[in-house]
Amino acid sequence: MADVTLTNVSKSFRSTIAVEDMSMDIEDGSFVVLLGPTGAGKTTTLRLISGLEEPDKGDIQIAGRSVIGETPAQRNVAMVFQQYSLYPHMTVRDNLAFPLRSPILKTPEGEVARKVAEVAEILHIDHKLENKATALSGGEMQRVSIGRALVRRPEIYLMDEPLSSLDAQLRAELRVELKRIQANLGATLLYVTHDQIEAMTMATQIGVLDRGQLVQFGSPREIYENPVSLYVASRLGLPRINMLPKDLFAGAPSGAATIGLRPEHIQQGEGNPATVVRIEHLGDQTRLHLSLEGHDIVTLADVHSTLEPGDTIAIQPRNALFFDAAGARIA
Amino acid sequence: MAEIRIQNLRKEFGDFTADQTTSFKIEDGEFFMLLGPSGCGKTTTLRMIAGLELPTSGEIYIDGQEVGQKPASQRDIAFVFQMFALYPHMNVRRNISYPLVSQGMARAQVREKVAEVAKILGIEDILDRPVSGLSGGDRQRVALGRAIVRNPKCFLMDEPLGALDAEFREHMAEELRALHERMGATTVYVTHDQLEAMQMGDKIVVMNHGVVEQFGEPQDIYDKPATMFVADFIGSPSMNFLKFKGSVEIGATTIQLNHQTVGIPTLREPFDGDIVYGVRPEHIRLSDAAGYRAEVIATEYLGTTQIITLSTHNGEVKARIASDQPATPGETVGLEFNGATVTLFDNQTGRAIRSELNEGVLSHG
Repeated sequence: MADVTLTNVSKSFRSTIAVEDMSMDIEDGSFVVLLGPTGAGKTTTLRLISGLEEPDKGDIQIAGRSVIGETPAQRNVAMVFQQYSLYPHMTVRDNLAFPLRSPILKTPEGEVARKVAEVAEILHIDHKLENKATALSGGEMQRVSIGRALVRRPEIYLMDEPLSSLDAQLRAELRVELKRIQANLGATLLYVTHDQIEAMTMATQIGVLDRGQLVQFGSPREIYENPVSLYVASRLGLPRINMLPKDLFAGAPSGAATIGLRPEHIQQGEGNPATVVRIEHLGDQTRLHLSLEGHDIVTLADVHSTLEPGDTIAIQPRNALFFDAAGARIA
Repeated sequence: MAEIRIQNLRKEFGDFTADQTTSFKIEDGEFFMLLGPSGCGKTTTLRMIAGLELPTSGEIYIDGQEVGQKPASQRDIAFVFQMFALYPHMNVRRNISYPLVSQGMARAQVREKVAEVAKILGIEDILDRPVSGLSGGDRQRVALGRAIVRNPKCFLMDEPLGALDAEFREHMAEELRALHERMGATTVYVTHDQLEAMQMGDKIVVMNHGVVEQFGEPQDIYDKPATMFVADFIGSPSMNFLKFKGSVEIGATTIQLNHQTVGIPTLREPFDGDIVYGVRPEHIRLSDAAGYRAEVIATEYLGTTQIITLSTHNGEVKARIASDQPATPGETVGLEFNGATVTLFDNQTGRAIRSELNEGVLSHG
């Protein structure tokens, strides 16, 4: 596995700028997740690294060597897509073995058998090796397609929303599994998603993208606790961060336009009187929807809270974040 | 508006029984959720309330009147489907007016009603726009408007948010709930999404294989599940099931779990056999002093909290703890369970064993 470095990479499609002046270091053995909404440039970045697209400007290095102009095969990367594309007429075993038997790799059959068995065991599909690919459930098919990447030891694994077509329970299971596999193999992995839970739970570093630009890069904890902008702050956290005008509470520094208050950073008992609008019991947490001088605020309450709509409670911020008029973090 | 009572409702499609003796009651003005996995019979139940399917046996009462065998047109209900079906060649105003015009209502009155509904939904500014150019959210609002405008006795909704993406769904869920608060109409809502059900419902019916597993308020169902199916289906991550063989007496407040004494709510019935110790992830604490040992397998950071996956003698367990508490894969830790919140189950039948915690819920369920 290897370091992957992007230096001032830009890519446009006609008049649309997909990726703009992006620089990023993906360290050997790290699990980097690119997070952003549709159109932020996540998939284009992945395709630029894989060689499916060429940048207009900038350099991409894998293991210290510029790969501009090289084919995907020469770059030695492995991709997993959102839609699992397996060979339907082949067994799981042959699907997994396929990349190893390619004319470039020409792996000896003994070696192929050993690697397939190893990967099948890691992914818990060893009992399905003789099944036709079409006789598998959705989750199993996606595991096979991940397995087809894992049989190789490329410089980097590139994954484009590989879990998004699966149901919630299976997604939760594979999140843990994928992270465990990556850690055990010491693999370098670049993973694209718009799902903040996936980003927070699996990444060693998250890269937050906004309209083609990398706006913050850091550990999930850094991004959650120390966002550089209102945009980044609103990408992570459920319920979302409350964005309130600076004069709603005292104490905003000069230049501040917006107070960013995470739901768990609202203290109850003292401060400004807010009206309870609605209470949501979600089981493990209870959300309070409050109204303060016409502004909606969401905070958390004790799970068995007896508050009711119409009640008034005093609230004040704790560990508030402050942003200027352009949305940049100032304190 | 309407109270709906379902009595021993049964529906068979040939050899397949979609609904087996389903009974529950929906109070006037309630936002009522029918929750379950696909194929559990929730949509069939809804369609029988609507009159789109006729029950094989059993009764449906709307405001005390038995309507089970009556056609949909005589029930005065409005149905909102997952795919909002609008007339593409009509503008928003004509789409919303349509149900009234076809009833033969006077034009002035139609105008008034449409204006009122548009105001409730906040779509006054798009009334004269064609529906083809509208965003997903506005189309959904127009479909709702067409249901509301008739002032029906109740609304029936079949996964109305199912086709929307996650972020927008959250937003529309809040909007629907706020609309319900303004109008107070009885609403029956079908979903397979447990979070949506918890978030929006006043009451929830959980169905599985055509059978009502549990019926009650969201927090009660979460805290006091009647069956292992409900415990597993509601909550994310779901309830941990630690399985073992043992026997417990009436009045017991502890049990032996792998030679360690752990707490349970005071038992109201004895049990002997395959027991399941059911504990929610947020009711497990990591503590060096605790005797029940486990190995940390994985940690998942979620902002304020983190999910810890642990390997124990009784299988894999997930705990939800504060994210500032250290936990490293590979290390061995002690687990403390909040005994008062635990539900014991009979592993053979999947039923909850009665205790101080759940006896109030189980006796009428």
